Amino acid sequence: MNLNRRHFLVMLPAAAIAWKYVLAGTPEASPNYTEAEHWWSMLIDIPKCIGCGNCVRACAAENDVPEGHFRTWVERYHVTDADMVNPEVISPDGGKEGFPSVGEDAGKYFFVPKMCNHCADSPCTQVCPVGATFITPDGVVLVDQTYCLGCAYCVQACPYGCRYIHPEKKVADKCTLCYHRISKGLTTACVENCPTGARQLCDLKNPNDPIHAFLKTHHVQVLKPQMATGAKVFYNELDGSVR
Amino acid sequence: MNLFKDAGHLLRFAFLFVVAFAVFLVVRHFVVPKSFGQYGHYRGAAIAEIAARPVHFAGHETCETCHADVLDMKKTGKHANVNCEACHGPLANHANDPSITPPKLDTATLCIRCHAASAAKPKGFPQVDADQHSGGLACETCHKPHNPALVAEGAK
Repeated sequence: MNLNRRHFLVMLPAAAIAWKYVLAGTPEASPNYTEAEHWWSMLIDIPKCIGCGNCVRACAAENDVPEGHFRTWVERYHVTDADMVNPEVISPDGGKEGFPSVGEDAGKYFFVPKMCNHCADSPCTQVCPVGATFITPDGVVLVDQTYCLGCAYCVQACPYGCRYIHPEKKVADKCTLCYHRISKGLTTACVENCPTGARQLCDLKNPNDPIHAFLKTHHVQVLKPQMATGAKVFYNELDGSVR
Repeated sequence: MNLFKDAGHLLRFAFLFVVAFAVFLVVRHFVVPKSFGQYGHYRGAAIAEIAARPVHFAGHETCETCHADVLDMKKTGKHANVNCEACHGPLANHANDPSITPPKLDTATLCIRCHAASAAKPKGFPQVDADQHSGGLACETCHKPHNPALVAEGAK
């Protein structure tokens, strides 16, 4: 078939638009911070947590978390000798104002701070029908709130219950690992405000990060490893009863 | 050329197809955000937008640039690793504009958040039953928050 002038002219604008589209996909250089140089994670040291709720309050203040919703929260476990597999778990107001005191009691108590695990193979990003939630090249699971429809598929998909629908914005909301802080060289609000150092922000791509030595020498687990989510929040001395 | 003698109807169909494809590209051009697909199946510009959110906690390094005296007092005591804003609250606005005064703190509520006695806390963590321990006296009567040991006389 010979391409005459008429057909050529018809196809010209289409080709021009297609080329512009190719150009728009070219990545732009980010100033000061290179995503590919980091792979963020978090270490939570259970024996150090005193259940003061500082992390929960700090997170709410830093990220304007709506009342009654939590990007991080603290659970208190009470495991009795009589029933090791069914612990009593409480988290009054997410542990925001601490926990009621207990006198000497049978069994063991411990606190488990919880937050988004920033999974490397996250179920929540896989179910999003519009590409509004994603894992960044530096390993942080984020929500593009201008793109989110609020369908809540991701809220159901998260095995850790770390997402909620923002009551005013009507879109998915979750822990950003304080992305606005860590990309400026600061640590997260919860780590900054933990008085006992029970939380540590870790960069797995930084060979000088103390996390590497810690992981070699401690009994560290992730939550629900059987879900194969590639969770990156590491718990030191996590009790077997924690779910 | 004999092959295309009666191919007019095919060419008209091909022309329609090209037009439809062009319309699709035009619509897609306006509907799909510029940075979509930059890193993956999402809007790449969202990363920079989230990174640009405002910071509320300035971070202890920022505090220490002005309050070196408090740092000196703090680093010899038990509260050396407790960051400033863990008690003082979010003060990025104060760091950016020192004329904004931070709110006055009340040790009666603040100390007890961590140090109230509870069997649920780790055994090695210092904790007291406030009524028995001080009989209602304010904590800072004996313990200076920046260096809580009793021997630290004259500490702020």
